[in-house]
Amino acid sequence: MISQQVLGMNGDEAVAYAVKQCNVDVVAAYPITPQTIIVEKFSEYVANREVHTEFVPVESEHSALSACVGASATGARVFTSTAANGLALMHEIVYIAASLRLPIVMAVVNRALSGPINIHCDHSDSMAERDSSWIQIYTEDAQEAYDSVIQAFKIAENHEVLLPVMVTLDGFFISHTLQNVSVLPDKEVLSFIGERRVVPEIDVGGKKFKLKLDPVQPLTFGPLDLYDYYFEHKRQQVEAMKKAPKVIEKVSREYASLSGRSYGNGLVEPYKLEDAEVAVVCLGSTSGTAKYVVDDLRKRGLNVGCLRVRTFRPFPAADIKRNLTGKEVVGVLDRSISFGGLGGPVFTEIEALFSDETEKPKIINYVYGLGGRDMSPQLIEKVFMELNELKGKPLPKDTLRFSGLRE
Amino acid sequence: MNLKKVALRESWISPGHRLCAGCMAPVIIRQALYALDKKPIVTNATGCLEVATTIFPYTAWRVPWIHNAFENAAATASGIEAALTAFKRKGELKEDIPVIAIGGDGGTYDIGLQALSGAIERGHDFLYLLYDNEAYMNTGIQRSGGTPFTAWTTTTPVGTKIKGKVQWKKPIAKIVAAHRQIKYVATASPAYWLDLMQKVKKGVDVKGPAFIHAISTCPRGWRTDTKYSVKIARLAVQTCYFPLWEYENGKYKLSTPSKAIASNPEKKLKVEEFLKMQGRFRHLFKPRKDVETLNYIQEEIDKEWEKLLRLTGEA
Ligand SMILES: Cc1ncc(C[n+]2csc(CCOP(=O)(O)OP(=O)(O)O)c2C)c(N)n1
Repeated sequence: MISQQVLGMNGDEAVAYAVKQCNVDVVAAYPITPQTIIVEKFSEYVANREVHTEFVPVESEHSALSACVGASATGARVFTSTAANGLALMHEIVYIAASLRLPIVMAVVNRALSGPINIHCDHSDSMAERDSSWIQIYTEDAQEAYDSVIQAFKIAENHEVLLPVMVTLDGFFISHTLQNVSVLPDKEVLSFIGERRVVPEIDVGGKKFKLKLDPVQPLTFGPLDLYDYYFEHKRQQVEAMKKAPKVIEKVSREYASLSGRSYGNGLVEPYKLEDAEVAVVCLGSTSGTAKYVVDDLRKRGLNVGCLRVRTFRPFPAADIKRNLTGKEVVGVLDRSISFGGLGGPVFTEIEALFSDETEKPKIINYVYGLGGRDMSPQLIEKVFMELNELKGKPLPKDTLRFSGLRE
Repeated sequence: MNLKKVALRESWISPGHRLCAGCMAPVIIRQALYALDKKPIVTNATGCLEVATTIFPYTAWRVPWIHNAFENAAATASGIEAALTAFKRKGELKEDIPVIAIGGDGGTYDIGLQALSGAIERGHDFLYLLYDNEAYMNTGIQRSGGTPFTAWTTTTPVGTKIKGKVQWKKPIAKIVAAHRQIKYVATASPAYWLDLMQKVKKGVDVKGPAFIHAISTCPRGWRTDTKYSVKIARLAVQTCYFPLWEYENGKYKLSTPSKAIASNPEKKLKVEEFLKMQGRFRHLFKPRKDVETLNYIQEEIDKEWEKLLRLTGEA
């Protein structure tokens, strides 16, 4: 493990700092609360020429991601960041970036989607992109946001993967909260991810062509692709997602030996789960509070634990199942909701995981924190208490519940 | 530009693409690419040209080419140019690689105008080439901000009360020229192919954003005979419906074919000559000649021409 400097930074600053260290060629971004600090901070690095990066201060998020696509297809290492309405505006290009297999890294500072317009945290923005073939890493604090941006470049640019990566951090809870963040020396970051992006080679009529826009070896990107090939190309994205977990775990291990920091196996992070009878599952900053409540309740003699899902895409099905099997009651905390669906997106997937099991936990869905409503230790404790009540009882009818809501 | 050499070089857009017979878009692109001595990186907005030249697994492009989406050719070009700039800053790239964005009128006047304006305002070094077939042709001839007054399209049908498009075309090239950062703007017609090539060369050579607006006959959408595509593109200029000019260093200048008309006003053909060859304007001629509307169109064309003469210092 290497000696590291500790800097007082909020989550946004930590992200910008990581990007500064990653030798990024192009950053194209547009301001939106609570992501703005990333753009502002990075503009300072550019203005002071602390980076060689070409910063493109675009006129919209749609253009931000469009410019990232152009730059990445030219072979550049590329970063952008956004939130909520900005991500929704990018939606069309979110899919295009992934289908072109461009290893773009994007920080999404989670914020509730309009309407009504709101600037605070929930996961409705990134959850709306969960089927887009981007890898999604949900971080717990500023330190992890920093670490994950660095890891994201290494994961995205891996030739087995070649998928864009979203690193999410909860708006305000992480983005605007000051924390001591340990940072690696610049050169260690670069030797970890590689000085520059290495573009794969493809075979074109027996010749090796670099997979990028290059006048010497002209290639066509983004052609019209109809029913005779489109399906196979989508299948390739499925394969890339299948290969991603191994790469994420490997990157996570390597990063741990460099920095001394790890977040479970990189996919999920169990906390005091082994002997727990009752567990909650959550994403993002809520897990920090949940761990605190677990400690507190354990002192009071309750057998509880917590599972944090770090990568929602690829969905770590086996890891989640292994960790939750044998638990009597599980509460899945969702910071977004699928209107008209069974419940939140995390719940529906976990519920599906156990659908063919006879011995399965009783799974209750708690939708919480929409529009930035605080998920306090008291509320999480209440969830645990309600779940604890269900021990030895049949699964109740109301599996969709709301936490911290005035009815 | 050495025309002899150009004539011997392979075209950077190949034959065998699926654009319609008589479509002027590939002619404009072929000539534009012939004007360059280095292969550019091209980004193409969604539209007929993109769709018909790249049906997977085939491509007609012998230059590096990317299609991203409909409204973002200029933004995509910004990213490409930014990447090249970063590579140069790192010392990984020495030579200049031209960046060209291509869009139809829909992708330029309408849905892509914001991205275009933004890219120009930021001052990226790229050429935006608009091939203007005056409607959304790829989706089957719907009106755009570039569709001319009274033209029939499927969304401006010739009804009993409303006949064709009610609005005039946006002055897109002048809108672009109004940006302080723009380095070069020109209008072009495939009928004057050498003029078009010289303009493309200039547009690529200037440092900073450049814009070329080329009129592009569309036999399907304009309801014209495929054999007259070049003739119609020439009539557009001869009638002053689509005058040829350049804008550079804050000054407008007429190009030779239009300057010839300015010097010899009797050479100016009536706009009717341009309109009557096209089925999309049929209602102006049949069942009876709509003299009132035709006169009105002529008056407006004359006014615009006078304005241009003043702008170019020819009046
Ligand atoms: C966001 C979006 N809206 C609509 C479309 C459908 N669409 C594809 S091409 C096109 C029209 C293109 O018109 P234009 O830019 O004039 O080019 P042309 O096809 O006439 O050459 C439209 C409306 C699309 N692809 N994307």
